Parts: sequence; C-alpha cells; structure tokens
Amino acid sequence: MADFDQELDASGLNCPLPILRAKKALSALSEGQVLHIIATDPGAVKDFEAFAKQTGNELVESHEEGGKFHFLMKKH
Amino acid sequence: MSGKKLAIIATKGSLDWAYPPFILASTAAALGYEVEIFCTFYGLQLLRKKMDLKVTSLGNPGMPMPIPMPVLMQALPGMQSMMTLMMKQKMKSKGVASLEELRELCIEAEVRLVACQMTVDLFDFNTSDFIDGVEYGGAATFFEFAGESDITLFV
Repeated sequence: MADFDQELDASGLNCPLPILRAKKALSALSEGQVLHIIATDPGAVKDFEAFAKQTGNELVESHEEGGKFHFLMKKH
Repeated sequence: MSGKKLAIIATKGSLDWAYPPFILASTAAALGYEVEIFCTFYGLQLLRKKMDLKVTSLGNPGMPMPIPMPVLMQALPGMQSMMTLMMKQKMKSKGVASLEELRELCIEAEVRLVACQMTVDLFDFNTSDFIDGVEYGGAATFFEFAGESDITLFV
C-alpha cells in the first residue's frame, strides 16, 4: 500500500461514524496529505466513494484485506 | 465546498426515529451541506438536554422481535423499558453511534436546530429543558431556509 500521513481506525463503527470520523481527521491534515482509514462496515466502501465524489477529496485506494476495508483518502 | 443546503423536518420522538434526522444531518454537514433541522411535535424530544428516548413495538408490527409475542403482552408494564434497553445494547454491539453522540456531531458541524414555537407552547415545554443554541420559529422560518434548500426531508 502507498504511503500515508495519518491513520484512522474506524473498525467496529457503523454508518455514519466512519465518514464523520474521516471528515474530522481530514480537516486536521493539509492539502495533499493522505489519510489511511480502516473500517469493518461493508457500507463504507460505497460511502467513501460517494464522500470523495462530493467533497473533492481523492480516494486513491480502496481494498479489502483480512476482513477489513482499507481506504487512502488524499485531502484536496 | 458544495454550497448545498438540506432542510429536515423532524416530527418523531422515539429512539429509533430520532436516528434518521441526526444521521442525515451530520453526514450532510460532513459533505459540506448547510443543514437545518426543524423540530416539531414529538420531534421536540430531540432537543431536550436529556433525550431519554424509548422504542416500542406497539403499533409497529415491522419491528423484529427476539421471540414472537402477542400484542397484549407487549403492552405489559416494563416491556417498553426492556425493549429500549435491548435496542440500545444491540446498537452498541453493532457499533451504531448513540443519539447523544450524533447530536453532538451535528452541533459541532454547526447544524442549525430550530424548535417549532407553536408545539413548544402546545406541550408546555420549558425551553430551559432544551440544549443551548436552539432557535425558535414557525412555519415561515422553516420555509425561509427550505425555500432555498436543495433537499427537503420530512421525518
């Protein structure tokens, strides 16, 4: 997996918490920095795509590994 | 960001039905929406300092029950508290946010909370029972924001 600047473990959290936590974490980053989000909510896969599309942040990577979902979100 | 607006009317005051307004409002705010929740009738319960909302299966045949139970039995004293307790435990085990947490996130994200003045008066609610920052207004106040909103929802 590519490099990231900060990690957010949203494992065990359900909708809409992973998105809300990610939004909060992203606001602390500067433009171009990357947030690594780990989630277990299967709904998060589509939700992070939608989040990126609507906020202008870039979803660099999205994959499943060991029953967990990993996302790399680059702050715009 | 998007510059979009979401207006929600919250009319229900049970534990389960308090979720949609808070989930949608907090998520929309995270997406860059400006959000207002207009609370009227039982939706005013969402504004109380201590929400203490309950869930009931009465009049709600769609609610999944752990064991099948005749309706009259569901009406027995203590059943509502028990169902509320079970629902809260289930939500916690599934990682669902508490209403208090979601409301806090809404406030943090500057979601505007408006209490319907007419129903506040109707039910003799004491405004000191409500959380700080609540605005008071009527139908015209709602339309002032809803009229220029991209999405308007009635819950």
